[in-house]
Amino acid sequence: MENTTKKYWKGIEEYRNDIEVVKNAEKEFNLEDLDGGTHRRDFLKMLGFGVTAVSLAACDAPVRKTIPYLNKPESVEPGVPNYFATTYAEGGEFCSVLVKTVEGRPIKIEGNKLSSITNGGVSARVHASVLSLYDNEKLKGPQKEGKDISWEDLDKEVMAGLSSASNIRIVSSSVFSPTTKKVVADFTSKYPSAVHVTYDANSASGIIEANEASFGKAAIPSYNFDKANVIVGVNCDFLGTWLSPVEFAGQWAKGRKLTSGKDGKHTMSRHYQFETGLTTTGASADYRGMIKPSQEGALLVALYNKLAGNTIGNSAFSDELLDKCVADLKAASGSALVVSGSNDKAIQTVVNGINSLLGSYGNTISFAKTLNNRQGTSAEVAQFVSDLNGGKVDAVIFMDANPVYSHPQGAKIAESLAKVKTSVSFADRADETAAICKFIAPAPHYLESWGDVEPKTGSYSLQQPTISLIYNTRQAQSSLLAWAGLDSDYHKYLKSNWKSNILSGKSWVSVLHDGVYDSGASSDGTVSFAGDLGAAAASIASSKDGGLEIAVFESVAIGTGNQANNPWLQEVPDPISKVTWENTLAVSQKTANELGLEKGDWAKLSAGGYEIELPVLIQPGQAHSTVSVAMGYGRTAAGKAGNVGANANPFTNGVNWTGGASIEKTKSGYTLAQTQTHETVMGRSAVVQESVLSEYVKDNKAGRFEPMIETSEGAVKPYTITLWNGHEKKNHSWGMVIDLNTCTGCAACLVSCQAENNVAVVGKKEVVRAREMHWIRLDRYYSTDADTEYQINPSHLEKMEHASENPEVVIQPMMCQHCSNAPCETVCPVLATTHSSEGLNQMTYNRCVGTRYCANNCPYKVRRFNWWKYYENDQFDYNMNNELGRMVLNPDVTVRSRGVIEKCSMCVQRIQAGKLTAKKEKRRPVDGEIETACSQSCPTGAILFGDMLDPNSRISKALEVEKEGRAFHVLEEINVQPQISYLTKIRNKDLVDSKAPGMHSATEHHEEEAHAEEEHNG
Amino acid sequence: MYKSHIRPFLLLLFSLSTLSLSFGQGSADGDPVAGEKLFNNNCAQCHAYDAAVVVGPGLKGIEERRDYDWLKAWIQNPAAVIASGDDYAVELYEKYNKTQMTAFQSFGDEEISAILAYVKQANEAAPAAAEADGGAAVAAAGDSGNGKVFNVILVALLVIMGLVLLALLAVLNLLNQLNKGDSEVIDTRGIGQRVNDGLRSVFQNATVRNAIIVLFLLFGAKATFDGLYGIGVHQGYAPTQPIPFSHKLHAGEMEISCAYCHTGVYKGKQAGIPSASICMNCHNTIKQGSPNIQKIYAAIENDQPIEWVRVHNLPDLAYFNHSQHTAVAGLDCENCHGEIPQMEVVQQRHSLTMGWCIDCHRETDVNSKGNAYYDALLEAHNAASSENMKVEDIGGLECARCHY
Repeated sequence: MENTTKKYWKGIEEYRNDIEVVKNAEKEFNLEDLDGGTHRRDFLKMLGFGVTAVSLAACDAPVRKTIPYLNKPESVEPGVPNYFATTYAEGGEFCSVLVKTVEGRPIKIEGNKLSSITNGGVSARVHASVLSLYDNEKLKGPQKEGKDISWEDLDKEVMAGLSSASNIRIVSSSVFSPTTKKVVADFTSKYPSAVHVTYDANSASGIIEANEASFGKAAIPSYNFDKANVIVGVNCDFLGTWLSPVEFAGQWAKGRKLTSGKDGKHTMSRHYQFETGLTTTGASADYRGMIKPSQEGALLVALYNKLAGNTIGNSAFSDELLDKCVADLKAASGSALVVSGSNDKAIQTVVNGINSLLGSYGNTISFAKTLNNRQGTSAEVAQFVSDLNGGKVDAVIFMDANPVYSHPQGAKIAESLAKVKTSVSFADRADETAAICKFIAPAPHYLESWGDVEPKTGSYSLQQPTISLIYNTRQAQSSLLAWAGLDSDYHKYLKSNWKSNILSGKSWVSVLHDGVYDSGASSDGTVSFAGDLGAAAASIASSKDGGLEIAVFESVAIGTGNQANNPWLQEVPDPISKVTWENTLAVSQKTANELGLEKGDWAKLSAGGYEIELPVLIQPGQAHSTVSVAMGYGRTAAGKAGNVGANANPFTNGVNWTGGASIEKTKSGYTLAQTQTHETVMGRSAVVQESVLSEYVKDNKAGRFEPMIETSEGAVKPYTITLWNGHEKKNHSWGMVIDLNTCTGCAACLVSCQAENNVAVVGKKEVVRAREMHWIRLDRYYSTDADTEYQINPSHLEKMEHASENPEVVIQPMMCQHCSNAPCETVCPVLATTHSSEGLNQMTYNRCVGTRYCANNCPYKVRRFNWWKYYENDQFDYNMNNELGRMVLNPDVTVRSRGVIEKCSMCVQRIQAGKLTAKKEKRRPVDGEIETACSQSCPTGAILFGDMLDPNSRISKALEVEKEGRAFHVLEEINVQPQISYLTKIRNKDLVDSKAPGMHSATEHHEEEAHAEEEHNG
Repeated sequence: MYKSHIRPFLLLLFSLSTLSLSFGQGSADGDPVAGEKLFNNNCAQCHAYDAAVVVGPGLKGIEERRDYDWLKAWIQNPAAVIASGDDYAVELYEKYNKTQMTAFQSFGDEEISAILAYVKQANEAAPAAAEADGGAAVAAAGDSGNGKVFNVILVALLVIMGLVLLALLAVLNLLNQLNKGDSEVIDTRGIGQRVNDGLRSVFQNATVRNAIIVLFLLFGAKATFDGLYGIGVHQGYAPTQPIPFSHKLHAGEMEISCAYCHTGVYKGKQAGIPSASICMNCHNTIKQGSPNIQKIYAAIENDQPIEWVRVHNLPDLAYFNHSQHTAVAGLDCENCHGEIPQMEVVQQRHSLTMGWCIDCHRETDVNSKGNAYYDALLEAHNAASSENMKVEDIGGLECARCHY
């Protein structure tokens, strides 16, 4: 009883009376660490103020101004969109597009179906280019040495510089515009010392040089993937980035489409892919082999040897897959196609030899029409660089080229460029090259410009402005004309060139309206192979294994980096790795183990005296002892969004790889901004259903998972027992059919959806927290080596989580499934999400109070919550935080505010608009008239949208045959009755090679049963 | 509304007239229905179909005054006719203050005949229309009564309540005195004092006090809720505009068709505020000197558009498309905007709340006649129900019709 003032210490710190303890003695909770730091009193104060402010604000009607045109153009009706045909052509990429404009501002890019090349397909980068138009970090006008200057003064000074120069160079990316070529010729006739150097950031020099040597044609031929029964790609991402990916993807998909039913198409091409890093093309291939970049040549020589039966040189390469490939190629002679993405002339010569052996020329490859969008050769560029470094150039003009960033010797070029007397760039911003140039004569965006391109011989596509100039810019062609002392009106120049040289009597206006023009011109395409295979093989044999090799590749979203400052593109998850906002060092698990690298590490990669530090990505399917790094990142002068990642270009030297690399771990504990961290589908055949062609031929329902529910009356189909009343659909029933067979994961749908539906960009930090807002997800699942039969066994489940070393890949677009028995609808306490009589699951933002019960209850996890206000918020300083960037917003779709759920609406604004058009014309909507943003842009036509109540619609017809075939609903067993159906993924693969879950167990079970029966009988 | 009454009349008259008349070229060939549209969109700003002078002469009997060829030449290029020295034309030009008519070069025989046919029909149908008008007016008179009746009942109830209260007070007073037992004793207090005491005793009664508090709270709550429901509702909003444009004059007296200025109303989601160039179609000759018209001239000269104040504001979260309601549903502007032709200053007549929208969608029949879009829907509806097909029945109350 004595010691009643006994003292207890909280810990040793208190006993010692540490300074921290004394300081915090009065604070029970350490509030400083709380995010946000809003305390109760502050909250009450704010509440009080808020209520008062709201009631005060409510007293007055807000005065909203309405400002009409002064002189309304006849073609513009506020609220009614206009479409203009134009052409995306930047950095050697092209696409014929239609631009949707509202009140004179472009808001959406759509494909031009009249184009014989792109056929209405659009890539992610082309979709996103409309946002690049509204980039407020562009130059507002011409500059001289970083200071503003008027166009008159600039012209005067540049012309003075040019006339005193004796060695002028025009450095541009491939010019495949006939009129721009004429402008350059006019310029050259005024300044005879001018030489036009074609510099492509990621060139096809190897192909061009090899074709010149093999066939005497320094050009790229047309490829016809649709005519090929066997396709072999060697480090060639032709579905994602190679030469003309939108065109090739469309062709490839033609050979991959299947139709169930008796008379359906049950044949498909077989696609082999040998590659270093896993690309969308490799993921879509039937068979995929992993090779190091140094093995490309050896593989192709071996392939040639086996096909020809004689040797052109020794090759150490041997692989079972190659033998299989050879057998298939031999059988498919005349309808086979071998392509390589290599930039090595020797390798491309061997490819030419193989294709000649296979009889591809005239069938799957044709020189009758050449592909013109890559014209640069390494020799030409090397000559320019040495001239520049040698001080032999006294004036240089850069047009759509940024070699200081993209050339391997960029730093050296920068140094020499600073010494050039007159240097001009047409860049839209002070990019890496332009910043060093004396003058910047900013050229407008392609949506503000006139122009033309001839991507293929005789196939033209026109450019016309869809908005008046935003800044004080001038087209590069106008500038060149002005400096050549000619009339700088490029529109007039273009029109007169077309009238006199191209149109041959056709109407300019009608061609401008269509946007495309096929003159029908072609040359004699017959070629005979005359390449020196022996020399090529010898050159290849000299290339040795490079130890740890670095492969530099073009990523689907960022490409060569010319649109790096586009936040939509930065936030596009890579189709395979799902990483956003940066590039990574991709290594295989095995290599990572050898090098002591782990997930979450950063490492320093060095080779040839250059080094970069990037996060490590453990990538299934990556060839061992290789590191893949995407180009296009590491810009330093692109802008707020674009200056991310590290520049991998200096690793390349003519070819896109280098050997002798070393890698060193620098730090750990980093989380990549990935939108998907799961690798495998964990054997859930209710989600992904796949099979192989041989099984499909036997049974249209091969690979289908058909769940049954146990009841007292035996097993029944899930939809036969239900608690739901369902929804009557009298008028329309909108739905989609998504073909897993032709989806390549190119992300065109994702960006198209983002543009159409005002989807916010959230930034890297929020992506790490899994708060990205994309309405459509491209789920990528790898196969696993583990047995995919479900077992209640944690260690087995853990095994199932790991992808195979070289996995099969399924890419599944996933958006709101518009369930007829929607679980989200039943749990919303405020009826903010309800069902429509046309099969849509509606989301009413103004009713939503943000409980997120719906997102919890959604079996597909497609609902997105607005954790923040993403517009007019400095925390999210992307396009929605500045007035210019907000010009891209679609006025027909609400910009969502903080605290509400959003999700795919199946582009209900387009459905409503399409119905209204039909009603005004007193008819039913025609199939194909209403398209969602995703279905419209898919280059392979993998997404089919339509009215399932219209018996003549494509979707109704497809479902009619596929109902007893490939069509399935994801998670059929929960009977939510989605409006979206998927078609099973069918690989043209032998059954034994398939890694699809259940494929072998099924056959094994049969065998087991047979055995058991035998034993029983015996 | 009366247009739909008058149309069958016009058609009847038209069919009669085609039987009886046989000119070479003229109104007999024209389609008066098309003509009406053309007339309203192009002519009505300056001409009345009857004899009244608006800006130019009334068109009644125009075909008797001039022959068809002259009219065609005049409509297509009045300046040329005047320049040719045609007596009638020059006289006309002088008579109407040297205001030259706008040329309609795009009008061919078809359009001109249609307009002439319409003018003819309209004049013949005028007496009939007047009758129909009268009928409509009578029908409209009984319409807006509902609100007033309600107010009267409310006031009456309040008065009755007051009387009951007084009676209760009197009874209470009497009971009080009886309770004291000495009704004989003369109350010595003054009248004021007595009332005072009476009131005090009433308010000291707990029941009364509680009743007052409860009543007060109830009224307070109702006022609060009414106030909250009123937030963002600007019924009666009639802001002052930078130019005191009178719809009463233009739409009412001049009978200019709404779509002449609000060009988008049948085409797109916005009806559109007319651009200054549309004002100039007429005001380049009419009332040039007026200081307010001068503001339009100044706007054009300074390249500074006129900043009008929006009267009808829907929140951004609601999507509204004019053409769905005008071109498809066939509703008149007055339906939602009130009697604009009588408004000097435009006022928001309806609440424009969601409840208001939905009420209409519940009550309005779908304008399905002759529209193949609705055929199957209508058939299915009629098979299941004897009621008319309302907007509600085809999903007109669903969220994503307006919110996306």
